[in-house]
Formats: sequence, structure tokens, C-alpha cells
Amino acid sequence: MTATLNRTSATRHTPRLAGLLDGARKVAHALATPLVPADYLDLIDPLRAGADLRGRIVDVTPETADSATITIQPGRGWDGHAPGQYIRIGIDIDGVRHWRAYSLTHRADAADGLISITPKAIPDGKVSNHLVRATTPGTLVMLDQATGDFTLPATLPERTLFITAGSGITPVIGMLRNSLDDLGDVVQIHCAPSERDVMFRDELLSYAVASRLTLHENHDDVAGVLDLASLDTLVPDWREREVWVCGPTGLLDAAEAHWEAAGLADRLHVERFRPSVVEPGDGGTVTFDRSTVTVDADGGTPILDAGEAAGVLMPSGCRMGICFGCVVPLREGAVRDLRTGEITSTDENSGAVPIQTCVSAAAGACAIDL
Amino acid sequence: MTLAPERTSTATRTGVNSRLSVTSTEPRPQRPELKKSGRPNPAAHLTPEQIEEIGRELDAIRAEVMDSRGAKDAAYIRKVIKTQRYLEMGSRAALLFSGVKYRGVRPFWWIGTAGLSVSKILENMEIGHNVMHGQWDWMRDPKIHSTAWEWDNASPSSQWKHSHNEIHHTFTNVLGRDNDLGYGILRVDEDQKWTLFYLFQPIWHVANALMFEYSIAAYDLELGGYLAKKKRLSAEEKAKFRKEADEVLAKIKRQATKDYVVHPAMAAATFTGSTRHTLTANIVANLVRNVWTNTVIICGHFPPGIETFEKTSIEGETRGDWYLRQMLGSGNISGSKAMHVMTGNLSHQIEHHLFPDMPSNRYAEIAPKIRDLMERNDLKYVTGSLAKQVGGVYWKVVELSLPNKVEGRRRRDTILKAARKAIKGKGGQGRRY
Repeated sequence: MTATLNRTSATRHTPRLAGLLDGARKVAHALATPLVPADYLDLIDPLRAGADLRGRIVDVTPETADSATITIQPGRGWDGHAPGQYIRIGIDIDGVRHWRAYSLTHRADAADGLISITPKAIPDGKVSNHLVRATTPGTLVMLDQATGDFTLPATLPERTLFITAGSGITPVIGMLRNSLDDLGDVVQIHCAPSERDVMFRDELLSYAVASRLTLHENHDDVAGVLDLASLDTLVPDWREREVWVCGPTGLLDAAEAHWEAAGLADRLHVERFRPSVVEPGDGGTVTFDRSTVTVDADGGTPILDAGEAAGVLMPSGCRMGICFGCVVPLREGAVRDLRTGEITSTDENSGAVPIQTCVSAAAGACAIDL
Repeated sequence: MTLAPERTSTATRTGVNSRLSVTSTEPRPQRPELKKSGRPNPAAHLTPEQIEEIGRELDAIRAEVMDSRGAKDAAYIRKVIKTQRYLEMGSRAALLFSGVKYRGVRPFWWIGTAGLSVSKILENMEIGHNVMHGQWDWMRDPKIHSTAWEWDNASPSSQWKHSHNEIHHTFTNVLGRDNDLGYGILRVDEDQKWTLFYLFQPIWHVANALMFEYSIAAYDLELGGYLAKKKRLSAEEKAKFRKEADEVLAKIKRQATKDYVVHPAMAAATFTGSTRHTLTANIVANLVRNVWTNTVIICGHFPPGIETFEKTSIEGETRGDWYLRQMLGSGNISGSKAMHVMTGNLSHQIEHHLFPDMPSNRYAEIAPKIRDLMERNDLKYVTGSLAKQVGGVYWKVVELSLPNKVEGRRRRDTILKAARKAIKGKGGQGRRY
């Protein structure tokens, strides 16, 4: 089962009405120039239909000591999701916008139209810590439509096995909340460092008590890290089950090897949340994507100079960091400000970061959108 | 997708801008006692080492503020933007009824015109100018970003950013390099060469103030230079000019259509006879904005006590040298918090020129430190009330419309000689620097 995707269908108008609407749109643009009508309308209703997708946080409820469910009222442009999918959320922390991806954990058919994510605060995680500990209801966040293919198929399997670890439960809890009764025989193995770290524990136990699924908990402090070899005793029929696995890289790699060895790789569905840490270095290879030029630049050479020396048509200006005439998007990588040593890096969720090439040197491999 | 093979090469570190560092690979020269014009050099008493130290101190002041940018600053600019947009919408709504007369006055015209004037000033100064400087790029909000902002002004933001952010801010007050020094129509420094053209500069100045947004557009386009050099330009240069001129014309058309056609036409729909009054309100608001922005901007670099520099003096300039030039080449306006906001914090012109990408709401807090640094180093921190600074500039505009006083020659003779030359057709204008 997938959730209904209630996309705004293109309303059909008579040609005359369409002409009028188009005229009204033109007048609105003429009234608002050099801004656009949306700049004014967004002040009044940032969640209106047609606006960039945003959401307003309506509730923050702690799950464990270091995780919380954030409930969000999405803008009217929200297209809905399939359980197991994730969204990108953009939130301003200390004035700076950060983007991260989180699995959706809410019931898709809830009448209130609210959506939720359940981030777990990871050590040094700027966004996850902020969301879990500092976010307050009322905060406006930027959203992207749901995406991801870690979902259940249209024809549900007879027998299902979910293996999750830590916050890897989040896409699966979304599936369980929406489809548990439509799934036949479900086994859930969930791993966590200890009992008190288990997110949604009461809910999982209640499903187990009601015999709606079979739950195997693996608390590392008692049982040690889950060994997939124990599947034969835990879930003897694991070979006949369609399996969804979400958790740290170690678990995913082990699962892939295990199912591969059994010749059942097509039964396995995994969701990888790659930690997005760019380790800054000193100098590196700079790739200018559209110019298809690659150049090795040392840590003291501005990317502007490196690009120009290699024949790239670089926008430039003052060449001392004040005019912002050289700003181009850093698609991937890290750069160091030659004046202050400050590192600017991309992560997979935030997209390209505009940088001043005249005062930025490569701090590791970089890709410039130029 | 392209089939071109990837080229790999190694960048060599050559010609990195000397202004990127407070230290220099070559020993910096001691500054001469006198400038070429014979006037005293205000930085002659500073050794290269002292200038290096000034550079370090200023870098530290910058770092302290830049590292502490945060939610409060972001909230500030969003609040200003929100206030300006609501003020504009409210004022424009009031103007829909600007024709309504009550006891002999048109209250909605007055309220709407005042509101729209303030809104346009805020939009140009505290918001547009500063966003285009990249002061808010750090927020990573794609809507409040130097690469995306377009302002309520005749000059397209791309052209403004080139002539203002790049040329003016890099070459501040360097004769022959910084065209902002009198905008090519005013002689505001004794070291600018006098020509007959400047005799009439009080007129040029007033006309420039009234038409300021259009003069800025023409100026950013380098229209004057184009007309003067047209015959010598290559086809490529001409094409570039035509493309930019088209951009300016399209922008002016959009701006004028909004203010002088669409909004007055909307007022017609209220059947209160407000069309004509909405039109006059928009004209007045644009004039008020023009005169105010001009007033603020002339106080930035033209008041008495502010220095200019020769082209040769900036060769091999370090970051410290550049900082020094910014401090000596700019002047502040003292006043209330409201006045600072209405000037886009360009009343802190010295601080703005030192750190053009620092959020404008932070200039006030560093101003005492900058003043202290300058006074410790025997450098003149030029500041004064708006009236004093404006008065000083207007006096200069009148005084410098005449040639400099030279021993043994009457100014009248210089003027008459230039006039005769002009009449003979040898051109009284020539190069104005």
C-alpha cells in the first residue's frame, strides 16, 4: 500500500478565464517588481498553496533522552508521502540555514494533515541536537517533498522481516503505523545500545503484545552487537521473508553480505543514511563541472586564480574578498578562507554553497559549478 | 554534457592579490611627507610596521564580529525587510484613496507618500545596498543573498555591484580610479584637475541629487565614458555596452510602469479620483528617496577632512594599507538610531568601508573601537552631524567650482582662459581628472 498522493491537479479553465488569470498574474508582477508577488504573500501566509514548501512546527515530544518527535504542519503544497520515505528539512540555527534528511514517522492518513519526523541527537550533530533539544513550536522550517525508495511494494509480501538499529527504526515505524495490519506475518528485530535508548519502545511492545508482529529486541549492553548468523535461530524462515534493513553502515554491509551469500540479494531493501562529514585538508583537486577542467591547487592559492590559470572563465571582481563579484556555487567539497582560516564545506543535504573564489582555497577535493 | 576531454594542470601561485594579507613579501616604503599635489600626507608618520599592526588589529575586530553573527542578526534583517514590505503595502493601500479630500487636505496622500518615501529609502539603503554587499550571505537564505537581490532602483543590481562593490570599494578615493569621487560630474577635491565644466557644478549637483537613481544607472553603465570613447571601442565592447544598456532600459521601464502606470491605474478602481494623486505620490516618493540617498552618499566621502589618494600610492598595497586608505577616505554622520537605519548605516561609512560585508546592524558596536584605533595612531576620524557634513559638502561644491588659488595668478584669468579655449572649440572639458 502506498499513501494517496494528493497532488494538486492542474485545474482546467476555459480559455477566457485562463486569459483573465494570466492577465491578473501579469498585473500582480508589474505591481510587485523588482520583487515578485510571492515575496509579499509569503509574509501574510508562508504556508499558502503555491508558496515554496515550508512547514510550521506544532509540537515537539521527547521519545528517549536524545530523540524527539517533531510534528509539523506542512504548507498546502505538500504532496503526501509513501511510508518509509524521508524529507529534507531546512532550519535556521544561529541564523544560518541548515538542511538535513529525516524519515517521516507519522500516519499518512491522519485527518489533521500533520507530518512528523523523529530525529536522534548524534554527538556534535548541529541540526539533530537543535531539533531534539532547542526547537520550539511555532518555528517555520523549509521542506522538500518526500522522496526515497525505501518503501513497501504495491503488492505486499506475505512474510516480512524488518531489521533496524538505533534511529534506523524511523522509516520502519512509518511503515508499521501505516501498513502493519495489511502486512501478513511481520518479524521486527530492533537493536539499540540499551533498553532506554529504544525509540517507540512502548509502541513496539504493544504491537507485540497484541500479536500484530513478532518483536526481537537486541540491547547491545546485554546481548552484544547483533550477529546475523543468529538469524537462523531467531527467525528460522528468514530466507522466505522480504527484508527491510535500516541502521548504521556496519549493519547494512553485514546484511548485504549475508543475503548475497544466501543468493537472496533481491529480497533485501536497505536505507543508508550517510554521515555527511567532509574532512578538510590542505589544497586539493578542484573540478570545474561545466568547464570540464580539473586542476590541482595548493592550500594557498585562491580558487579564482587556480581556475583562471587553467583557462576557466571565472567571474571576478576586487580579488580581495569585499565585492562578492566572484561568488559561485561550491557543489561539493571544502574550502578555506585565506584571510581567516575559516572552513566552508558542503554536505549532501544542503546542496551547493555559494563561495567567494578570490579568498577561498581548496581544503580537499572541490567541485565548482562553473 | 560535453565530449571535451578533461584538462588537468597544476595551478601556480602567481599574482595573488597583495591586499589579501597584512604582511608583504617586499618591504613596504615609508610614506612621503607630502603628496604629489604638495598637500601633507596624513599617514606620513606611520611606519610600515605600524600599518601592519593596524591591519592585524582591524582583522581581529572583524573576526570578533563575524564569528558572533547569529540568530539576533538574522532576526534583525528579516524584521527590517518585513517592516519595509508591510509599510510599502500599507502606503500603497492608502494611496488608492489619495484623492479623498477631508477639510481641505488629502490625508491619504500625505500618509501614503510619507510611508512610500520611507519604504523606498529603507529598501534601497538598509536592505538593498547591504544585501548586495553580501552582508547577509552567511545566512544561506537564497532569498536574502547578494547573488539574488534586485532593488527598487533604476540601476540593475548586477551593474551596481560591479561599479560600487568592486570599483568604488576597492579603489576608494583614488583619483582616476574611483569614479565615485564626484561621479565624473563634480570636483570635490582640490587635487582633482579643474576644468570649465566644473564652473557650473552647483547646478550639476542639484540636478544629480534630484535624478539620483537615473544618474546612478547611467553611471553604473559608464554612459559618459562610452559616449566619449565610442569611436575607439571595439565591436565587442560596443555589443557589451548595448546589452547592458538594454538591461538598464528594461529595468527603468519596469520601475516606471509600476510607479507611474500600474499603481495609479489601480487607484482608478476606487472611484475616488485618486489616479492623479497616486501618480504625484510616486513621483514625490522617488524624489524624496533620490535626494535623501544622495545626501547620505555625499557625506560618505566628500566632507572636508577626508583624504584622496594618487594612483601610484596604491601599488603593492597590503591589507593594512588598504584599511588605512578606507579609514582616511571615509567620513561618518552622527545621529540617532533611527537616522542610522534610514542611512542604511552608511552613517558608519568608515566602519562600512573597512568591512563592507559585515552586517550593517553591527557597525555601531565597533565604531568606538575604530575611533580609538584611529586616534591612537594620530589619524583623523571624520564625523559630524548631518547638517555639518552636508553643509561642508555643499560649500565644497561651490568653492571647488572655481580653480584652486595659485600664487601670482588670478582665478578669474584661469576661468577666462578656459572659456576662450572652449569657445575656440578646443574643448573645455577634456579629461576631468
